[in-house]
Amino acid sequence: MSSPTRRRFLSVVAGLAAAPLWPVHTAHAQDDPFAALVRKITGGAAVNSGRVTVDTPRLADNGHSVPLKVSVASPMTPGDHVRSIMLLSGRNPRPVIATYHLGPRAGRAEVATRVRLNGSQRVLALAQLSDGSYWSGGAEVEVTESACLDAT
Amino acid sequence: MVARVQLPEGARRGEVIAVRIAIQHPMETGFRYDRMGKPVPKNVINSLKVRYNGDEIFSAEFGSGIAANPYLQFFTIAETSGELVFEWVDDNGIRGSERAAISVTD
Repeated sequence: MSSPTRRRFLSVVAGLAAAPLWPVHTAHAQDDPFAALVRKITGGAAVNSGRVTVDTPRLADNGHSVPLKVSVASPMTPGDHVRSIMLLSGRNPRPVIATYHLGPRAGRAEVATRVRLNGSQRVLALAQLSDGSYWSGGAEVEVTESACLDAT
Repeated sequence: MVARVQLPEGARRGEVIAVRIAIQHPMETGFRYDRMGKPVPKNVINSLKVRYNGDEIFSAEFGSGIAANPYLQFFTIAETSGELVFEWVDDNGIRGSERAAISVTD
């Protein structure tokens, strides 16, 4: 007996077999842990790569305190300067590490600090210039002892 | 809260100078537990403002990703002699401030 239920079941199975198991873009989104966050910050505006340099030791023994320096290639004049720099972590429980607001009076678009890193990861700096454009650059850091596995 | 500010002793007008500050603060992430197994609440210095003779020249917001005893270096153009004032506040609402004099020559 060929009931409507059986026919519907077969058509659903056929449909599943034809559909890809996951959306094609998911694999790419997982490669870039910053994509969703950056889109939220910029409101979907284009982000150019370049001009922003993140300096960290390639290998950090200890994730509790990793020296990090961000610099942005900018003349820092009233007409063309860096407005803000955001430091983002690819693996920390809170991905926004810090936000810095600069202006033409900085003279040089460079900020240095020490960060906590929850394991080896990519750190991204996102800079917004006075014309509203976004630029980003990053660095990979190997962390041998994570900041978040501290028992004390 | 104890803080230490480092500025060059003197600067020429228009010179780009490095400003360094380190503040004593645990920067509690909120992910730690104490000896009794109780979570230690998050408490970080969440914002810092720097004024140069009254004008705001730099500000920052921090999260738990900034290491304990936060250290920061940024740059500013030496314009006139005077004072840099640093003011910050943590999640518990505790405020701190530090000031440093700068002498600028022509």
